Amino acid sequence: MRNDLVLVLVVITALAFDFTNGFHDTGNAMATSIATGALPPRVAVALSGLLNLVGAFLSLAVAATIASGLVNTAEVTLQVVAAGLAGGIIWNLLTWLFGIPSSSSHALIGGVIGSTLAAAGGSAVQWKGLVSKVVIPAALSPIIAAGVAAIGTWLLYRISRSLTRGARNHGFRIGQVGSACMVSLAHGTNDAQKTMGVITLALIANGTLPTGAQAPFWVILSCALAISIGTYLGGWRVIRTLGKGLVEIESPQGMAAESSSAAIILLSASFGYSLSTTHVATGSIIGTGLGKRGADVRWNVAGRMATAWLFTLPSAGVAGALAYWLAHGIGGSLGVIILLAILTGLSLAIYLRSRATKVDHNNVNDQWTGGAPSEPEPAAAA
Amino acid sequence: MGWINLSAIWKIVVFGLLAGAGLPALFAIGLRALVLPGSRVQTAGADSDHVYGGNVLGLVIAVICFLIILAALGWGIYEVYQIGHPAPAKH
Repeated sequence: MRNDLVLVLVVITALAFDFTNGFHDTGNAMATSIATGALPPRVAVALSGLLNLVGAFLSLAVAATIASGLVNTAEVTLQVVAAGLAGGIIWNLLTWLFGIPSSSSHALIGGVIGSTLAAAGGSAVQWKGLVSKVVIPAALSPIIAAGVAAIGTWLLYRISRSLTRGARNHGFRIGQVGSACMVSLAHGTNDAQKTMGVITLALIANGTLPTGAQAPFWVILSCALAISIGTYLGGWRVIRTLGKGLVEIESPQGMAAESSSAAIILLSASFGYSLSTTHVATGSIIGTGLGKRGADVRWNVAGRMATAWLFTLPSAGVAGALAYWLAHGIGGSLGVIILLAILTGLSLAIYLRSRATKVDHNNVNDQWTGGAPSEPEPAAAA
Repeated sequence: MGWINLSAIWKIVVFGLLAGAGLPALFAIGLRALVLPGSRVQTAGADSDHVYGGNVLGLVIAVICFLIILAALGWGIYEVYQIGHPAPAKH
């Protein structure tokens, strides 16, 4: 059954999700560079947006996983894709509001799986694909990233110990620009792909594309643009939690963390593993704390994040299922249209609510005062 | 393919270590070579942030290190592109 109006709405919603993903995840790439002063915030964000754009074109492996590796495309309808997206976006916005770097990827995947389960039952989900390409990489990647970052940090301090403190910081700050760029590139190869995968899934569900088709060029281009514009407009809120909340970071640590993140994300993306860039970046930042003697890891902040992650797949799944029942209950195109209207209203409400405690380029690096990561001190009136 | 792809995990760990920890270490070696004191008069104190110490051999070693890093990045990105764009299946 083809329904081009609903298809257009789903594509717009997916691109909006991609935009929020860029908005939400900028922190992963540029957090440490901004925190150590290696790049001015505005430059960091612009560069990151550009590299996300390039990265989106680099690989199609993750898009293929999402489009045909997680659910049985024959049993997925446009309604299911729309509901899955709605569930993922709601979870993504809620975690963004509270400054928790939860995973946009898992929100999206959880939403789609949840709505598929609600619509067609357990047989429509490719559990093996879900476990081998999402769940296991999700569990292992932060640990591997932490290990690589810890070893890297130890090596960097060991090799550079004869340098003066000033020379060391200056040198690694330059190196950090390179490593941060690689993270942005890796982010594009992983996260822009997810939206491409979902749009491709919608096109297959609508019968516009045959089963097993690859993402068409206009899909790649529009997703790349959406994520890079989102990245440019910036997620100051999450940058703050990552850059200052977990460990106090020096430039050699920043470089080690970013190199580890970039390497793990790029390698995994090339295997089609849809992992969360947020998980990997957090693992790396904790790793740099472990690799440097005397560094202090804020385990309670890390624990809060880990809890949010555990809940992400199931919570987004429940949101996706509820969205499906709503759309299906009303029925037809009208159901999807009402669902997406509710989603828009909710997004707007959360956005307005977030303006109350604004984090932007002015106060993103203010002194960390413990407590809730989302509540920075107001910028000093100097 | 099974539930766990051990060969992929193994590759991610090994190449992850080489690229994620090895390349920054190479950068650190280059940096260390670069700051070696040379014939140029050193007026800077302990807190100086001058990175180039004036030693020509050090400069050459540093440039070689940085070039290896750039080459490795270029090669890695090319590989990711190749793997990520499989030729369309022929029907």
